Amino acid sequence: MKTIINGIIKENPVLVLLLGLCSTLAITTNFENAYIMGLCVTIVLVFSNIITSLIKKFVTKNVEVPVYILIISTLVTIIEILLQNYVPAIYEVMGIYLPLIVVNCIVLGRALSVASKTNVRTSFKDALGIGIGYTLVLMIIALFREIFGNNTLTIINSTSNLFGFKLMYKIFDNSILFPMEFLVKPAGAFLTLGILIGIFNSIKGGNNDEPN
Amino acid sequence: MMNLINIFITAILTENIVLTKFLGICPFIGTSKSRKSALSMGLSVMLVVTLSSIITYLLYHNLLVPTKTEYLKTILFILVIASLVQLLEIILKKYLKSVHDMLGIYLPLITTNCAVLGIVLLNITNDYSFVEMLVYSISSSLGFTLVIYLFSSIREKLENSFVPNSFKGYPIALITAAIMTLLFSRYI
Repeated sequence: MKTIINGIIKENPVLVLLLGLCSTLAITTNFENAYIMGLCVTIVLVFSNIITSLIKKFVTKNVEVPVYILIISTLVTIIEILLQNYVPAIYEVMGIYLPLIVVNCIVLGRALSVASKTNVRTSFKDALGIGIGYTLVLMIIALFREIFGNNTLTIINSTSNLFGFKLMYKIFDNSILFPMEFLVKPAGAFLTLGILIGIFNSIKGGNNDEPN
Repeated sequence: MMNLINIFITAILTENIVLTKFLGICPFIGTSKSRKSALSMGLSVMLVVTLSSIITYLLYHNLLVPTKTEYLKTILFILVIASLVQLLEIILKKYLKSVHDMLGIYLPLITTNCAVLGIVLLNITNDYSFVEMLVYSISSSLGFTLVIYLFSSIREKLENSFVPNSFKGYPIALITAAIMTLLFSRYI
């Protein structure tokens, strides 16, 4: 349990370690994309950590990185094929950000720093914690950006062929709060994440991710 | 010809890969503390992107498409990039010592740079012809270098200005990037 909480707060991949920012910024224009991206990364992370931990005895130091990248890209390809077949709409929306999970530094980083050093149990828990932490941050950013940038909240739209219904809300009427359109544009992504990290730092006290 | 000029201009300015597609954010934030390291990073990315674009484009159209194994593209591309980076490092170390010293530690980092894999994949998803692909990869990596250099100059100034403690470092860098994005995007 402690390892999982550690991944969510103390070593939060986005807010503290600043890894995997590409997908964080690109995919958070609506809530649905955010949690599906989070889910995909978590699945890849869990499996890559388990596999890495299982084969760590056979992998020598010099071939570490290529071997791990190969494992990760195989896992990502499996997810790509599954999504393409079962939820093609979400596959279209994700575009190139789905294959880019391969170079998402979180996955490789965890494989190198944790899974290749500890047993299967610990690395599984670590992956789960980091994955949940990543998904939570994605959901918070997406919630803010979609509600204030578009006045809507999408929970099930592209995946509606799986569930059989859509779940979309209109939060504010345009006459009450005019949508701040720039929030769903790229500039809004940088701004939201910057402010979120700032707030996180001030709540936590101190600023330990200051670059030296 | 107009088409090529069009690709060139949009890839550098209005659809800059860093500011609108969020590719290569890690080096953008991480190595932009000084102008020198930003320039080295930009040059390394340009070199690797151009070479790997050519190789992956040829491999995709001559190997994966005829054998109907397009779904293997992610694995193949990352392998090409990783081995290319290794190879380049060895060659530069041996024959071009001065270039190797300049690019230094930035070259190995490029394997996990989303900009490289991103551009290589965009070449395929955008259905570019060979010449268009060449123009697109050169101009978008040029756009990367331009933005990362501009950004590093701003951050050098930022070091000496007053920023609330909890916003120091990355948060203020991201907010600066937001303002830069507004200036670069065509929505204004």
